[in-house]
Amino acid sequence: MKKAQDNVSVGAGGQFQVSAPKDLDPHLTTSPEIKLSPETRNRMSQDTEDRQRKTILTIRDLSIYYGESRAVNQVSLDIEERQITAIIGPSGCGKSTLLRACNRMNDFIPEVRIEGSISYHGKDLYGGNVDPVEVRRRIGMVFQKPNPFPKSIAKNVAWGPSINGYRGDLAALVEKSLRRAALWDEVKDRLNESALGLSGGQQQRLCIARALAMEPQLLLMDEPCSALDPISTSRIEDLIFELRERYTIIIVTHNMQQAARVSDMTAFLDTGVLIETGETDQVFTRPREKKTEDYVSGRFG
Amino acid sequence: MSSWLDSTPSNLKARHQKAKIFSVLCTLLTWFSVVLLAVLIFHVSRQGVTWLDGKFLSSFPSRFPEKAGVKSALWGTVWLIGVTAVISIPFGVAAAIYLEEYAKKSRINTMIDINIANLAGVPSIVYGILGLALFVRWFGLGRSVVAGALTMTLLVLPVIIMASREAIRAVPSTLRQAAFALGASRWQTIRHHVLPASIPGILTGVILAMSRAIGETAPLIMIGALTYVAFTPDGPMDSFTTLPIQIFNWASRPQEDFHDLAAAGIIVLLSVLFVMNAGAIFIRHRSARGQRW
Repeated sequence: MKKAQDNVSVGAGGQFQVSAPKDLDPHLTTSPEIKLSPETRNRMSQDTEDRQRKTILTIRDLSIYYGESRAVNQVSLDIEERQITAIIGPSGCGKSTLLRACNRMNDFIPEVRIEGSISYHGKDLYGGNVDPVEVRRRIGMVFQKPNPFPKSIAKNVAWGPSINGYRGDLAALVEKSLRRAALWDEVKDRLNESALGLSGGQQQRLCIARALAMEPQLLLMDEPCSALDPISTSRIEDLIFELRERYTIIIVTHNMQQAARVSDMTAFLDTGVLIETGETDQVFTRPREKKTEDYVSGRFG
Repeated sequence: MSSWLDSTPSNLKARHQKAKIFSVLCTLLTWFSVVLLAVLIFHVSRQGVTWLDGKFLSSFPSRFPEKAGVKSALWGTVWLIGVTAVISIPFGVAAAIYLEEYAKKSRINTMIDINIANLAGVPSIVYGILGLALFVRWFGLGRSVVAGALTMTLLVLPVIIMASREAIRAVPSTLRQAAFALGASRWQTIRHHVLPASIPGILTGVILAMSRAIGETAPLIMIGALTYVAFTPDGPMDSFTTLPIQIFNWASRPQEDFHDLAAAGIIVLLSVLFVMNAGAIFIRHRSARGQRW
């Protein structure tokens, strides 16, 4: 908990994202006069009252190349604190590549080259003196397929903190993380059993718990439900929605209903280009771009 | 609507027959090698088992068959294999980790790749010559256990490296990504996840390598282990002889009794091999528990 408080004070030094900088594409941020559905208005008024909207991650003119081919093309995007931002788009549009750039997971692919900048609390993640390991300690990630370690449930959660020198009560941290991932009640009696004995949905929640144990401010989720059945999917969606109280989440999904259900903000990506971004309601009900409309209404992709 | 199938004569029966023939053939060939092995063991046992007693294990070689034993050869083999394992496993596994986890794609690394694959096919006598020139003469190690173990290391290193690389490559990349995403360094990822997950495969390679080393004779003859040794090695710098050499020695004598002694020696050699493999399989089984994806 202490860490989370620290993070808030760090965040206070960051930029405030209320109005868009003038040099940006006008459609990158929501215009204030847009009318919102009562439901969203309700949700938003809660949001704006008890939290200041701060930008935690700033992506500027980001292009990502695989060798010669460009997967992400001049993307600029602001990620606000304690919001769920969904990145949607057809397969192969570069959304996963964009997400993985946010915690430098693309570093492991030798032919990937990056232009532009991503700053986290104002600090460039790709700056010369930035240690990628440090980046990944701070920014958590949940993958497409559940990938628990072939170890016990408790060890899965405890491993991250223990290799990073956590000094507190590991058992308490494991319990807290599992509770936050809504898995505690199901596994509390078999913490020392192998994580591989869990169902797919439980494994994915364990992976979320494992990421939460590092108490990241920002959590990246790469199609976290695509390998799961509908019931597990809805449990994870509920969980993601709850996590929004504490964490900032970027979720990549090709399931539009999912984006509409869980996210506050939506960014629509097509062939590496950011077509539109805004409040999820607006993007889905009153898209500004023709392409967005075609995509969200199921006409392509 | 009728499909073309209806108007074509069925060939199902012939296909089933072919499948049957092939499966019988495979079964026969499998049993052929098993039976061959059983015959060999039976033959050797019948010939050597009467000579096999405590005295055989605790006596040194002698020119009188009834006094001769394998003590020095047995201990020589244990020493040789022990020192070879101590040298070759760390080198082999380290090389495999480097090539799989650290090495970037470059011309030099491709060269190393090809060379390791080729080294595995070099005849063992060539390693013997290399060992003689390099370790015995140039390093001045003499005809010692260390010189023999280093030569054996050269011989089995490619096997260990290739098996370990295969095992490391089989660890799913999602596991590595999970570790990296939690802020693990490359070494932590290897130490805690990649190595434990690949230990069963690495051990398989080690078993193969050690089994090869224990039966190898030619390179040891080359570096001069073919001598009458009437003591057990006390340290790695002592001279030694090994079971295969002792067996070879006895088998080349004209007297019938020595041939029986050779058979008894083979039983001892096979037993050592069996105990070693059982140990490795036990470790492999234990470390493989709970490891599946």
